[in-house]
Amino acid sequence: MAEQVLFWVFAIGTIAGAGGVIAVRNPVASAISLVATFFFLAGTYVLLWAHTIAVIQVLVYAGAIMVLFLFVIMLLSLTDHGPIVQLSPSRIAGALATAALLASLVGVFRKLPPGDTVTWATDASRLSSFGTLKELGAVLYTQWLFPFEAVSLLLLVAIVGAVVVAKARV
Amino acid sequence: MEHPLTQYLPIAVVFGLAGVMAVAIPFLAGVLGPRTRTVMKGEAFEGGNAPMGSARQRFAVKFYVVALLFIVFDIEAVFLYPWAVNFRALGWFGYATMLVFAATLVVGLVYVWKKGALDWES
Repeated sequence: MAEQVLFWVFAIGTIAGAGGVIAVRNPVASAISLVATFFFLAGTYVLLWAHTIAVIQVLVYAGAIMVLFLFVIMLLSLTDHGPIVQLSPSRIAGALATAALLASLVGVFRKLPPGDTVTWATDASRLSSFGTLKELGAVLYTQWLFPFEAVSLLLLVAIVGAVVVAKARV
Repeated sequence: MEHPLTQYLPIAVVFGLAGVMAVAIPFLAGVLGPRTRTVMKGEAFEGGNAPMGSARQRFAVKFYVVALLFIVFDIEAVFLYPWAVNFRALGWFGYATMLVFAATLVVGLVYVWKKGALDWES
């Protein structure tokens, strides 16, 4: 019961925060709204028993990635001009891509089996360690070894990309 | 066994208090604080000089490179946590997997270093 109430609090908070990101005119205010969205999302992860992901969500997204966003905002100095709303080809392509992503997510969601309802009352022994750092590490470096190593390649591409984009003249 | 969500109660209390403070303090300051407005007080003060220009200036692009590289290595550090907790259980196999992971990123670090992206002055 308490979880139901919390879910709705987090869900409405997430959507309200995400709405604020695009509704607010000041880019810095929209970035702060995104921080709020991340925190509510972290709450949702807790309800999904993904404790580690919830902490990482706050540490990495609300902490590190938001710093990058704020840097980009200050780099572009958008505050002086306000958002520029124009219908350009890239904007239309972005809208189409977003619509396609939404459609595919809805498609996946509809195909999901009617979930197995894992509750604390019935599966306490399984859920007591589920989603913790120890449990995550136990499967990440054995069962999910390949995706884990692939992440290092992804990060390598990110490093090279950052340098190539920003340090083109060097 | 204790329900795991009850362990989050202190965090919820902290967030609740932070929210109350964030609303209450500016509100009370506005209600209780004495205010006298003069032309002198309304002027911006900047080290004794008359302020010039906007406070919102563009940042140098070097900050962006540093921030982006920080995030990449921050994410790498995140992957070290679950490994460190299971260090003994995973043994030499786990050690080797983390070695491969870290070696890939060391390649990136060497690239960044050689490219001079870490030199602030260039």
